[in-house]
Amino acid sequence: MLGLNKSAGKPREETDAKRVQFNSRLLPYLFLAPQMAIIFIFFYWPSVQAIHSSFYLEDPFGFGSTFVGMANYTDVLKSGEYLGIARFTAVFTALVTFFSLAIGLLLAVKADGVIRGNATYKTLLIWVYAIAPPVAGLMGMMMFDQHIGPLVKVAAFFGWDMKVGLNYNDTAFAMIVVSVWKQIPYNFIFFLSGLQGIPVSVREAALMDCRSGFRRFWTVILPLLAPTAFFLLIINTTYALFDTFGVIDVMVKDKAANNPITLVYKVYMDGFRGNDLGGSSAQSVILMIIVFVLTIFQFRFIERRVHYN
Amino acid sequence: MAAINITNVSKIYAGGVEAVKSVSIDIADGEFIVLVGPSGCGKSTLLRMVAGLEAISKGTVEIGDRVINDVEPAERDIAMVFQNYALYPHMTVYNNLAYGLKNRGTPKAEIDARVAEAARMLEIEQYLTRKPRALSGGQRQRVAMGRAIVRKPAAFLFDEPLSNLDAKLRVSMRGEIKQLQKRLGTTSLYVTHDQLEAMTLADRLVVLNGGQIEQIGRPLDVYHTPASTFVASFIGSPAMNLLRGTREGTQLHFGSQVLDLGRPPAFPGPITVGIRAEDLRIARGGEQSLTLKVEYIEELGAQRLVHGTVDGKKLTASLSPEIGIGDTLSLSIAPERLHFFDADTGKRLAQPFDASATKRETAQTLEMAAG
Repeated sequence: MLGLNKSAGKPREETDAKRVQFNSRLLPYLFLAPQMAIIFIFFYWPSVQAIHSSFYLEDPFGFGSTFVGMANYTDVLKSGEYLGIARFTAVFTALVTFFSLAIGLLLAVKADGVIRGNATYKTLLIWVYAIAPPVAGLMGMMMFDQHIGPLVKVAAFFGWDMKVGLNYNDTAFAMIVVSVWKQIPYNFIFFLSGLQGIPVSVREAALMDCRSGFRRFWTVILPLLAPTAFFLLIINTTYALFDTFGVIDVMVKDKAANNPITLVYKVYMDGFRGNDLGGSSAQSVILMIIVFVLTIFQFRFIERRVHYN
Repeated sequence: MAAINITNVSKIYAGGVEAVKSVSIDIADGEFIVLVGPSGCGKSTLLRMVAGLEAISKGTVEIGDRVINDVEPAERDIAMVFQNYALYPHMTVYNNLAYGLKNRGTPKAEIDARVAEAARMLEIEQYLTRKPRALSGGQRQRVAMGRAIVRKPAAFLFDEPLSNLDAKLRVSMRGEIKQLQKRLGTTSLYVTHDQLEAMTLADRLVVLNGGQIEQIGRPLDVYHTPASTFVASFIGSPAMNLLRGTREGTQLHFGSQVLDLGRPPAFPGPITVGIRAEDLRIARGGEQSLTLKVEYIEELGAQRLVHGTVDGKKLTASLSPEIGIGDTLSLSIAPERLHFFDADTGKRLAQPFDASATKRETAQTLEMAAG
């Protein structure tokens, strides 16, 4: 957004004139207060708590805590298990983000070709999003059920003895499929509305300038869709890192130990199952730093290539 | 560069609505044709069928002896200028111009040369590295023109390209388009609802109404001999006055008012009479005249439009500002300046005072000498 202002070169007075003037200096802060309170209670305070407890070894039964300095961090980072989970999380996040964006975009492009101007059809397609995510997740899970799951049967037909919850790779596969599947409608809606926001005449101009539909898509449609795509990239990365917790929980809970999990699930396991609050807090802090760095990277290096209208 | 032949072209939408009804136009190589008509007359649909943005339901369109009904828009060898410019917002002006050439595999050096040439012609050289959002409306319109020019197509298609510009810019761009087209000699098909734009730009006008051609002709011919009451009221500002009357003997009756023509119109009965506002003048004593009850006056500077009624029917006269105006005016008109239309169909009737252009001019000179 900063870059936008710079290149547009708007005179400073103009932006100032649009600013609302408050009589009291306190009033704007008062308006901000409810939002700030929520951010403070649900983000800053727990973050500070997590950072604090990451330096302590907590008694599992709450009888006291001992300051251990960086010990929790060094333990975590030296642990081969933790690094393995981190590696899986990276692969998992990359795959889920890529496929949910790609499939969402593909479906949106195909739907856009058909429904241009047809409101009823559009509404019908968007209804999919109205299905509650847990319900969608549960449905996805049943697809991979050992006994009744149709996808397991299909796999068996091709000679793949799928054992979700027992076999590491099978579980990982199911986890990715269900996570992607849950996120597609969300991406679909944003991409579709993004596509419908591209002026018809620009598409028509491209139609006269370029014969190949594929090339038109890459050179005109996709660049104009970039702001939507960038927004979705951030949302989907966060989704894959955090919001897939429910999917993972349903898949690996009460199952044999050797199953893939992501970092956020590991935090939960160590903190609430293993009662190692200090170690779990250290992991939260590490996760926080990862997301922070990732977001900065995305804004610095990817947003630069995005054209805002 | 090529001729365009539109033969019996119809557009029938799903549901049976016929937007264009069997239209035929033959456009010569290098000709500037303007399609003009009110909104919904099918002019844009016709243009879009030539462009390939709408399927052709019936008939054929040929560009340079090649039927292009089923040819992709990009392969039709045409370039289009859109109403809202339709520039690619994410590309610089240079890339906007070069895009169509790049996709056709034009060598880089030639793209550079052609873009430079078009930019020089349109005076947009200093904006080549800018993006469209950093340009004004007029500059964007030039870029849109440039995008068409660099392609060196067989034909230009213009879809109301000036209607998003302010009045002053519109007039100057109009002149530039005309000059540019003459210089390049590229066959052009131009759509507008603005009759003034149509008159000033066209080599030939095509007046469309309800999906059908009302008249094709050179602007002045259309102006002086409109083929129907529709064309008469659409072309020219102020619009031609149309009065319902009846013919009796050598006389034309407008309610209580009578105009004796001295010669009998073809046969008696009801008739629609067309009178251009500028053909009316103040009657001298003893002349045949109509009495205009003045309602209001529009001052345009060079002339003065007097609006009023003749026997309850609206009439506008364009008079010189020096003439004093009372509550009523006696107005006369040379009989050969009257236009006669069928009272029912609105079609032009054979003129009893057939005045060729030369005859008309002579009459005018004589009148001026007399006045």
